[in-house]
Amino acid sequence: MKKKQRLYFILFILASLAAAVGLSLYALQDNISFFYSPVEVKALQDKFSPAVAVGRRFRLGGLVKKGTLQKRRDTLVVSFVVTDEVNDMRVGYSGILPDLFREGQGVVATGSLNEAGVFIATDILAKHDEKYMPPEVAKSLEKAARRKK
Amino acid sequence: MIVNIGHSALILALFVALMQAVIPLAGASRNRKKWMLLGRRSAAFLFMLVSISFAALIYAHASDDFSVLNVVENSHALKPMIYKISGVWGNHEGSMLLWVWMLSLWGFFVERAKNLPLPLQARVLAVQGMIGFGFILFILLTSNPFLRISPAPLEGMDLNPVLQDLGLAIHPPLLYAGYVGFSIAFCFAVAALIEKKVDAGWAALIRPWVLAAWIALTAGVASGAVWAYYELGWGGFWSWDPVENASLMPWLAGTALLHSVVVLGKRSALGNWTVFLSILAFSFSLLGTFLVRSGILTSVHAFASDPARGIFILALLTVAIGGAFLFYGWRAPQVPSGAGFSAVSRETALLLNNVFLFTFCMTVLMGTLYPLFLSALDLGSVSVGPPYYRAALLPLLAPFTLLMGAAPLVAWRKGTLKNLSIPLTLTGMLLVIFFPLLREKPLSLLGFGMGGWVILATLHDAWKKTGNKAPRSYYGMVLAHAGFGLLMIGITATTLWGQEKILWMRPGDRVEIAGRQLAFLGAHERPGPNYEIKTGVFTVDGGTMTPEKRWYPVQEKMTSEVALQLKGFGLLYLVLGDQDTDHPERWAVRVYYHPLVLWILLGALMIAGGGLVSFTDKRRTP
Repeated sequence: MKKKQRLYFILFILASLAAAVGLSLYALQDNISFFYSPVEVKALQDKFSPAVAVGRRFRLGGLVKKGTLQKRRDTLVVSFVVTDEVNDMRVGYSGILPDLFREGQGVVATGSLNEAGVFIATDILAKHDEKYMPPEVAKSLEKAARRKK
Repeated sequence: MIVNIGHSALILALFVALMQAVIPLAGASRNRKKWMLLGRRSAAFLFMLVSISFAALIYAHASDDFSVLNVVENSHALKPMIYKISGVWGNHEGSMLLWVWMLSLWGFFVERAKNLPLPLQARVLAVQGMIGFGFILFILLTSNPFLRISPAPLEGMDLNPVLQDLGLAIHPPLLYAGYVGFSIAFCFAVAALIEKKVDAGWAALIRPWVLAAWIALTAGVASGAVWAYYELGWGGFWSWDPVENASLMPWLAGTALLHSVVVLGKRSALGNWTVFLSILAFSFSLLGTFLVRSGILTSVHAFASDPARGIFILALLTVAIGGAFLFYGWRAPQVPSGAGFSAVSRETALLLNNVFLFTFCMTVLMGTLYPLFLSALDLGSVSVGPPYYRAALLPLLAPFTLLMGAAPLVAWRKGTLKNLSIPLTLTGMLLVIFFPLLREKPLSLLGFGMGGWVILATLHDAWKKTGNKAPRSYYGMVLAHAGFGLLMIGITATTLWGQEKILWMRPGDRVEIAGRQLAFLGAHERPGPNYEIKTGVFTVDGGTMTPEKRWYPVQEKMTSEVALQLKGFGLLYLVLGDQDTDHPERWAVRVYYHPLVLWILLGALMIAGGGLVSFTDKRRTP
């Protein structure tokens, strides 16, 4: 009896773990967002990839190009250009920029492209610690620099 | 001079840790009493040495010793004293030293413990010594906080302003006390595997240690959430950031452990599983340390990190976790197994609790590590956001809370479910009464229902037991479970009914939020100790609210200080945004209203408090 019961328990545990894994995989499918630098977005657009289709969410990262931050009068709409020093991409955002947002510094924006090819961000993550740059931005800058050569 | 003493003490500590790792272990297997006692001496000595080292670093920071690189990089003469001291662990090197100091402190507590058989104590301390050796070596080789700089600069580079807050004095020490506290359960598990003895007696010995670490970790996670809530200014307390997950995973594993220890102590069942969880909880602490310190994942939290050091921690992690699990796989089948139990019983309920918590833990782990796997395989760089965690965890949370309310009402060995009818009816009645209110947000029926169920079922049982002298640990459980119910209700209310408004305001402008009028009077400037302050003055219901923007010239950084005010059942949360460059009198303002958000804090305090009440149970049996 004891053995049989233990078997049931183990079966039950395995079943619930399987359910959980299935659930998480299903959740992962829809809820991850890819990170691209402007140069990668350009490459994907040239291939008409669905990954950067209008309305499809992803994260765009790079440096805020100097002298490109514009604010629209009487609204909280701002726009700026994100660059990886090879390609540029205009980003629009409505809201308050993070305290650490600054021209010339690293930024990661989450959002999607609109019909006009402008990246409409819903979230902006900025850090400009000299010791810290979002690892993805650092990596994409390196990659872009290599492409330039 | 003092800095040199601190450095030397740490080098000496490395050798003491090595001695502690080897000699008591050999002594325990050969039954040499003197060798085993040496383990105790070295644990006390190690604690003293690391304390000297840590005190020396604090002294260097407090006295603005700019000949020390760590002080130059993270301090400034004008920085207020409290941040000079807490700034010691506001950087990578210092925080690792705090980590090791906590480790040696826990080792010292083990050395002081009166109730441990000498061989077990010797083995526990030996495993502790191994961990200590690994991490002290890590500090000395890759993260030495005592490195000098010559010539010494006249002034430091200051601490990241986001960290110049009371939260830094509270959150990391509590969190580390919890993280590292689980090392004791880990050491006990390895010692038990060596002795092939996992029984009720072992469970009684290990329980206070698990509980103490768990209390500290609970308080650490909660204080981190509070700090993020008021410091980061985006109006949230949890964003499923990898760094947050890193603290949640050991908490989930530790909570599972806390419950399986009860089964082992009471019914001598789940022995091997408890050993497994003891190893797992600390493994997650190590993983957390790695994730946070290596900086391989993008986080919204401020950390200075260096991937090169990550490799060392990864190696430490592999040796400690891999070694322990290999040892477990070899030894666990040789440990005699315990008693069986019936399908409807407290044991089953607690086992289910463990299955759930383990599953939560794995789900969080998967979401946290998935981006790492993809980027390691060069499949692209992704992030896993809150929607994943909601989709994967919420469906499991409902049966979990149902179980949480029911479990204490079911007897050990063989129970029935008939005790559940009264609290179930009560919960149903409450939901019907509040239905008109909850109707507009259907998900709230679930959140409030679950939270209400846990509270009612737990209190109902406690009320029935008032006559017959339940042990103090029972009331600890009641407090903690009821706290979890409050937490769920708070999270549900804040998430579903929270309001947010972002707008430009000129002096004299008004905005309505949650039925209240908030008026902007204007902004003014004044100097602070090491920063400049711009304060916005607002009035609401006759009271004033003054959010600030602080400019730290040394680091060229801006931070926001939010203004909070309790209004009715909720909290009004006000952030001063950007000043308009064209019209300087105009400010961007962000206002939130978070109903019942304090219930989340109260719930978390009750959970930790419940742990404390259990801890003071003199019998110390589960």
